[in-house]
Amino acid sequence: MNTLVLMKMVPDTVEELEIAPDGKSLDVEAVRPIVSERDDHALEQALLLKDKHGGTVTVVALESRDVDEVLFTALAKGADRAVKVAAGDAMLTAAETAALLAKVLPAVPNLLPAQLIVSGCQAIDDLDGVVAPSLAERLQLPYLGIVTGVEVAADGGRATVYKEYAGGTRGRYVVCLPAVLGVQAAEKPPRYVPVAKVRATMKAKTIECVEAPARDEASLLEIAAMTKPQAAGRAEMLEGSPEEVASKVAEILSSRGLA
Amino acid sequence: MAGNIWVLAEHWRGRVSDLTLELLTLGRELAGGLGTGLEAVLLGHGAKGLAAGLAADGVLSVDHASLAEPNPEASCAALAALIAQRKPQLLLVPLSNVAADLLGLLPPRLKIPLVNFCRDVRAADGRLEARCVLYGGKLEATVVVPGAPVVIGVLPGSRPASAAPAAAPPVTDVAVELPGDLKVRFEQYIDPEPGDVDVTQKDVLISVGRGIQTQDNIALAEELAAALGGAVSASRPVIDQGWLPLTRQVGKSGATVKPKLYLAAGISGAPEHVEGMKGAALIVAVNTDPQAPIFSVAHYGYAGDALEFLPALTAAVKARKA
Amino acid sequence: MAVAATLAEAPPEITLDNLLASPRGRDLLTCIQCGTCAGTCPYGDVMDWPPRRIIGMLREGLIEEVLASDSLLFCVTCYACMAKCPRGLRLTEVLLPLVKEQTFVRLPDVPAELQKALTNTLRYGNPQGESAKKRAAWIPSAGVPVRVLSADPRPVDVLWFVECYTAFHPRGQDNCRATAKVLHALGVDFAVLGSEEKCAGECARLAGETGLFETLTDANLKVFGKYTFNRIVTSGAHAYDALTHVYPSRGLAAPVEHTTPYFARQLAALKPLLTKKLGYTVTYHDSCVLGRHSGMYDEPRRLLQALPGVKLVEMTHNRINSTCCGGGGGGMWLDTFFKAKGQERLADRRVREAVATGADVLAVSCPYEVSRFEDSLKVLGYEKKMVVRDVVELLAEALGGPEGGAQ
Repeated sequence: MNTLVLMKMVPDTVEELEIAPDGKSLDVEAVRPIVSERDDHALEQALLLKDKHGGTVTVVALESRDVDEVLFTALAKGADRAVKVAAGDAMLTAAETAALLAKVLPAVPNLLPAQLIVSGCQAIDDLDGVVAPSLAERLQLPYLGIVTGVEVAADGGRATVYKEYAGGTRGRYVVCLPAVLGVQAAEKPPRYVPVAKVRATMKAKTIECVEAPARDEASLLEIAAMTKPQAAGRAEMLEGSPEEVASKVAEILSSRGLA
Repeated sequence: MAGNIWVLAEHWRGRVSDLTLELLTLGRELAGGLGTGLEAVLLGHGAKGLAAGLAADGVLSVDHASLAEPNPEASCAALAALIAQRKPQLLLVPLSNVAADLLGLLPPRLKIPLVNFCRDVRAADGRLEARCVLYGGKLEATVVVPGAPVVIGVLPGSRPASAAPAAAPPVTDVAVELPGDLKVRFEQYIDPEPGDVDVTQKDVLISVGRGIQTQDNIALAEELAAALGGAVSASRPVIDQGWLPLTRQVGKSGATVKPKLYLAAGISGAPEHVEGMKGAALIVAVNTDPQAPIFSVAHYGYAGDALEFLPALTAAVKARKA
Repeated sequence: MAVAATLAEAPPEITLDNLLASPRGRDLLTCIQCGTCAGTCPYGDVMDWPPRRIIGMLREGLIEEVLASDSLLFCVTCYACMAKCPRGLRLTEVLLPLVKEQTFVRLPDVPAELQKALTNTLRYGNPQGESAKKRAAWIPSAGVPVRVLSADPRPVDVLWFVECYTAFHPRGQDNCRATAKVLHALGVDFAVLGSEEKCAGECARLAGETGLFETLTDANLKVFGKYTFNRIVTSGAHAYDALTHVYPSRGLAAPVEHTTPYFARQLAALKPLLTKKLGYTVTYHDSCVLGRHSGMYDEPRRLLQALPGVKLVEMTHNRINSTCCGGGGGGMWLDTFFKAKGQERLADRRVREAVATGADVLAVSCPYEVSRFEDSLKVLGYEKKMVVRDVVELLAEALGGPEGGAQ
């Protein structure tokens, strides 16, 4: 069972996001990159499959600030190999990332074909595309997204995949492998790895670095402006102590026959 | 000659989604502004009857056994063929679990652009501009919608839902070649265990998010829900922790609710959650962050600690009864 | 101090493997298996491996069985076993951290709440997951000038190490404002690190995440090295423990005090300023750190007795017998775990005892206690009967004047 996990860095929204002076892009200096949450789940799902079926897990990410720590953490959690793709300084869009990976991955020694490629089904910056299905298209592999469970058949030729729908309903699908899956949530929350283990991994293991070819596919989107959202119609903010506000709210509820 | 505006009619388990109806309103507006027509695209099996409720100039129906349940491989193939045949200008796709995969597959399949997370599309200065949500709602991008054809993924709330047309629109059956050996095959649905609360049927929901902090604190919400004759629901982070069952989840992957009261306690209001509750008649939000996006959708807000507010409101409600 | 010297003898090179060969480890071999440790442990009835049994297993070379259990997650490192051990074995200082560390790395699943706190601490320098930039957010509302060293790096007398719960939690920020007021009233030359401060890491360390502790220590020591100060005073009891007992062996030379004993030392200057009559009946909860670990039982009481119109009553379990709020050793983020195992929150237990004294104020000296005891008061329905106040909040309240009122 060999699985490839694609991990993408996105801006950490715990920090304030600032708009660059050009008024239409993110101020990258102020950005603190964090691994996309769904990609963490994708890694966990890959590791769970490895725990069960053996095999190898390879993690791939584009070079960026702080990506080394993410890759070493993945190795410390149990991934076997980490590859980073040096693609220059610019923050690539999702579509650009997929286009680049589709070119680079086949050229990395002993990487493809992978039985399973997993990544998060969505990231907070997926404005012009989504990496996992885009890559699936370019590699001509089947795709299923919003995945919350994966079981691989004994012969490794198919997977039973669970996809999430509204109201807690899940759809059970059979997907022929090799395939790309967009993970919403792993079957268990992402595992913890002690800091000491990550530090030890940084000393013991290396991240492979691959040069990316020149980019010939730029994003098809033109952003005219970026703004902090105007609250179109904002709540009437109630002031006071919790008790005072509670009293006002109770009155509002009462006037609507709710309390 | 400019092509039509298309809306992908999202339907699931026999029902067309409210989001589709919103997109039809938006599509009608855009079609009018661009001087072109509006068509709805209905992919399914035995679902043609749903066409009657779609307010469009016409409905393109693709009926195939492989499209009986959502199947991104089959849908993508069908839509790609349709688009190549009929060359629409713009395809509006509802951002939902049902259509999400398609949104990721179709643009690269046809090598056409995607504009995602869109909450509004308007004509301005002779071009179409889309307002898109980024970074969980923290920033908004105004995107120039590129030339035809282009796919736009649209969030709930862009327009009011269109009413069913007085006369059913004409339906065109389109035959499409689908691969015989699909690599992705639907088997069955697995519904959650019965016996739990159906949050979509409640008039009052006290909903908890990350701000509730621990599983124990959910008791504060339970008390308020009990005092108001309602139930406790939650945003994804609380469900992910296993603190409440999946059936209590409100939002994109959970239930869409339209209660008379939705009290959001410690919920930041990311679009995925807001989608599930913005239709509530009265939304009251409590969050320690006065900039939390939830306050944009709430009617009343309190920038305070939910852990203090919930018991205070329970007390106030009980005092009124006494 | 004897305690500090002990830890200097148990430097990082001591591991569970070589423990029994070290001087401190050989002390453990003198355990007489009396079981006082198990009897005094607040979670003693569910603790499968109290120190007595751990030492027994160590002696027999069977320690792996202990480490494979998750029972040590119940250890809230309250120092009760160590304080009561008739052999004076340094249980909570030497044995338990090593065992907890090895247990932690073997856990198949780290409880979600604890995992989040640790991940947040690594990434943001605080368990709450707040942006480090917001660490100084309380300062504008302090009501008195508070110098931030990054903005004004001149030498200062007191480096006030504010700590995470104090800086970010709303009730902690009340404590900050109170502390700033008292420092200002005493004319102390003080400054804070603001967003450069990171969690001292004591609770991470005692939960078993020693790697995280090392990372935080390195970062904090680097920041300390940028500035010139005479002493560190901290609002955080756990931070006090780390800064006093462990940081010196990593290079910290400055003396460290906790705000409570620091203010108690200055009672002669402080007392005349405490003019507002408070009229409370107060019972004091001895924190594990200041109390059993550092022996400071009198200092907070002297402060409380100096408050005008305040009557002090004692709980049955006071001073060395005080029962832990359950927040140490990772316990702050393990309530869901404890609950899943069917256990009562230690804070609930303690609050019942506090309420039974008839006092209207439960005075504490650790920011975790404020949060935990207020939670318990709410859950048990006592929030009208009793409030929780840090000793420093009461001091600020008694200062009187336009800013000295209660929050």
